[in-house]
Amino acid sequence: MDKPQNNRAWFMVLPVLLLVAFSAIIPLMTVVNYAFNDTFGNNAFFWVGVEWFKETLESDRMWGALQRQLIFSFTILAIEVPLGIAVALAMPKKGVWASVCLVLFALPLLIPWNVVGTIWQVFARIDIGLLGYSLGLIGIDFNLGQNASAAWVSVIMMDVWHWTSLVVLLAYAGLQSIPDAYYQAAKIDQASRWAVFRYVELPKLKGVLLIAVLLRFMDSFMIYTEPFVVTGGGPGSATTFLSIDLVKMALGQFDLGPAAAFSIMYFLVILLVSWAFYTIMVNLDREEERSE
Amino acid sequence: MARIELKDLAHSYLPKPGGEDDFALKTIDLDWDDGGAYALLGASGCGKSTLLNIISGLLEPTRGQILFDGADMTHAPTTARNIAQVFQFPVVYDTMTVRDNLAFPLRNRGMQASYIKERVQQIAEMIGMDSQLSRKARGLTADEKQKISLGRGMVREDVNAILFDEPLTVIDPHMKWELRTQLKQLHREFGHTMIYVTHDQTEALTFADKVVVMHDGRVVQLGTPEELFEKPAHTFVGYFIGSPGMNLLDAKIDGSTATIGSHQVPLGAGYAALSGHTQIGIRPEFVTFTDDTNGLPVQVTQVEDVGRHRIVRVGFEGNTLCAVLPEGAPLPEGTQNITFMPDQIGVFENDWRVTPSTGGAS
Amino acid sequence: MSTSPAQPTDKAGLRRLASYAMLIVYLLFLILPIYWLVNMSFKPNVEILNQLTLIPQNPTLGNYANILTDPTWYMGYVHSLTYVILNTVISVTVALPAAYAFSRYSFIGDKHLFFWLLTNRMAPPAVFVLPFFQLYSSIGLFDTHLAVALAHCLFNVPLAVWILEGFMRGVPKEIDETAYIDGYSWFRFFTRIFMPLISSGIGVAAFFCFMFSWVDLLISRTLTSTEVKTIGVAMTRTSSATGLDYGTLAAAGVLTIIPGALVIWFVRNYIAKGFALGRV
Repeated sequence: MDKPQNNRAWFMVLPVLLLVAFSAIIPLMTVVNYAFNDTFGNNAFFWVGVEWFKETLESDRMWGALQRQLIFSFTILAIEVPLGIAVALAMPKKGVWASVCLVLFALPLLIPWNVVGTIWQVFARIDIGLLGYSLGLIGIDFNLGQNASAAWVSVIMMDVWHWTSLVVLLAYAGLQSIPDAYYQAAKIDQASRWAVFRYVELPKLKGVLLIAVLLRFMDSFMIYTEPFVVTGGGPGSATTFLSIDLVKMALGQFDLGPAAAFSIMYFLVILLVSWAFYTIMVNLDREEERSE
Repeated sequence: MARIELKDLAHSYLPKPGGEDDFALKTIDLDWDDGGAYALLGASGCGKSTLLNIISGLLEPTRGQILFDGADMTHAPTTARNIAQVFQFPVVYDTMTVRDNLAFPLRNRGMQASYIKERVQQIAEMIGMDSQLSRKARGLTADEKQKISLGRGMVREDVNAILFDEPLTVIDPHMKWELRTQLKQLHREFGHTMIYVTHDQTEALTFADKVVVMHDGRVVQLGTPEELFEKPAHTFVGYFIGSPGMNLLDAKIDGSTATIGSHQVPLGAGYAALSGHTQIGIRPEFVTFTDDTNGLPVQVTQVEDVGRHRIVRVGFEGNTLCAVLPEGAPLPEGTQNITFMPDQIGVFENDWRVTPSTGGAS
Repeated sequence: MSTSPAQPTDKAGLRRLASYAMLIVYLLFLILPIYWLVNMSFKPNVEILNQLTLIPQNPTLGNYANILTDPTWYMGYVHSLTYVILNTVISVTVALPAAYAFSRYSFIGDKHLFFWLLTNRMAPPAVFVLPFFQLYSSIGLFDTHLAVALAHCLFNVPLAVWILEGFMRGVPKEIDETAYIDGYSWFRFFTRIFMPLISSGIGVAAFFCFMFSWVDLLISRTLTSTEVKTIGVAMTRTSSATGLDYGTLAAAGVLTIIPGALVIWFVRNYIAKGFALGRV
């Protein structure tokens, strides 16, 4: 779509800019400050240059956490996005059942994350939890404390349970905003269900899907409370993701310097991957438009 | 191409309709001739879109039947009716090229590739898009997209009817005329039955051979543009067609005289005794100013210059009337007398036109 | 592909059945842990920790009593609701014109600004705890609802802008133009014509703002102390040196779901509303 150039549009964006920048700049400065200095408390800072960054980059522990984090994020993306779209497509479009479904889908999203973690922690236990117990019945050793795959399965299941609804809600709203006329025209053109999905629904959902993918990627990359409550990062460090590692470092060892440096790099990784996603999607769009 | 018949059709959007007011469409009996170019004209909310959706199969009527060439299609799905529909805003498959858009309906029906290629080329030339066949549909202008919609509707040879639902709504004013002309041309060349829904009388009157006027869920008149203008069957038609619309005055009818307020006006024909709400209608084009003091005395309130002629608004005993003053005629002011051409006066009882019982043209 | 009318109906019917089956399986998957939560909330801690019971053997309202009789708890709900609603209203209101600008106009730095907005969600909230504390204390907003509402804007405003922009992009510009030709002022056009067309986007954006603000325990706890007690504060009381008070936590969890469920019930019509191209 050709957009007219209009710099007065800045006025419409100004409130947003002010609100967000207000809360963003100062923390940023603080973190940067910590990242490049060492401190013994009492606001006494000693410049150490890039030493914290070097230390972090050389830390095996950090690379391990990063690797686990990447596996986790991409796994849940691969499950949640298609599942979310499928559920949104299966939902009734209107009527009482649509409302009931909407409310039920929203429930997992509304539970405070520590409670989510607690539910699944109990749920997955073999002695008092429904899931653990049932799996035990069919012979699977689901001991979270000892079995790394059990820990991973619980954490992934929990995330899918918790967050797929976000994708569903976004996709559903996106589907609802497709004018009926498109479906009618497709009927008149005798398009198959798959063709309707491919040529009517999917193109219109692209914007919404981009948001869903970016959101889930970012949030899963920063995930802390839920897996921490369920597995504590264990067994060992099997489910220690980046955030958990970071917090251990900052609070456990009270090394604010390395923690700040870690935070900055953390942020940069997310930024890079998100930017890559975003640019790819936008360029795909632009290429399509330009093709003659 | 097919002849479409609507028999005793009625539709309500409520699950359990009660009285007449619950019905969006109240008893329609209408026949659409094979190959006719029809306009379905009416104000917003009169039920014309409902009717169109029943014809296309997107709605099933609460009551009544719809026949295509004699076959009962009331419950047949859209796909079985072989109709094409062009919507209010362009509906194109953005991710496909123009060529793929046009070919889509044929490909879905499993036609041969060589036939598809030929047919797409033919249609593209017809709508003037053959130079753009390889472009992605997304970047095109609104009128180009509407042309694609139209083309997609016509690409199938076995199309029974093409339905247009206010298709020029999002088109730029200067393109509207061009598209309308193209539509008319297409109709002349190919002879599809075309039903064009609109609330714009200019569009309706210039496109169609026959116009169906709808009001409040009912068909009030089916006729040529001339018939609608000269002999409106309903006060709504009189009021809606023409710019400005017909003047309507409450009157008592007695034989061949109408009494309006304190004055009498001669009618062009004789009428039997009437009961109910009686009115006479006269188009502003047939109201003339006269020096004859027997005419209706009126007060000139406003004069509008609309270019080729002028519209004079006058008041008479609480009623407002319009008269069209041809170019060159002197501007009336203050108190004047007007007369109505007697054979152009229509008599309406309860909003429906009454045929005269004696004399005159009816 | 044959065009006989009978076949498509069979296939369509089968497809619909499969869809509903999947929907039901997914709903069951969602409901099971919630049922578990409700289950736990009616059990005494002793039972939770020692037995696996599908229905409470010694059902008790004690957990709920703990919460509902403790002023800290229910005031926590009131306070939290206050700043959450405040935040939702601010976020959506501010995001609407901004999203409109992004979707309709191009201006200097627009693409960079758009992406920058999202970057504010790319740092773990823990990073902001200390700086926010210092910031809001220094401007005297510490321990107010407004502070938490504003702080949450950092995450919610970009989200709202991104979601709304996505939906606004789908509305053809011709509608704007037709409205101007018909003489609408920008404000009337936006509120009467445009907003109804993106109602599902607004519904979803509002719900997500509500949701993310509601479940945040860290920042809300950081920025409040005595005047404004959030549910986060109340939650910490459920874990102590003796371990987690599962029963009370579960009851708290159940009670926390209710406001959100109400919110989505109220916006359901906005979310489920189709794109109805009004007859102008």
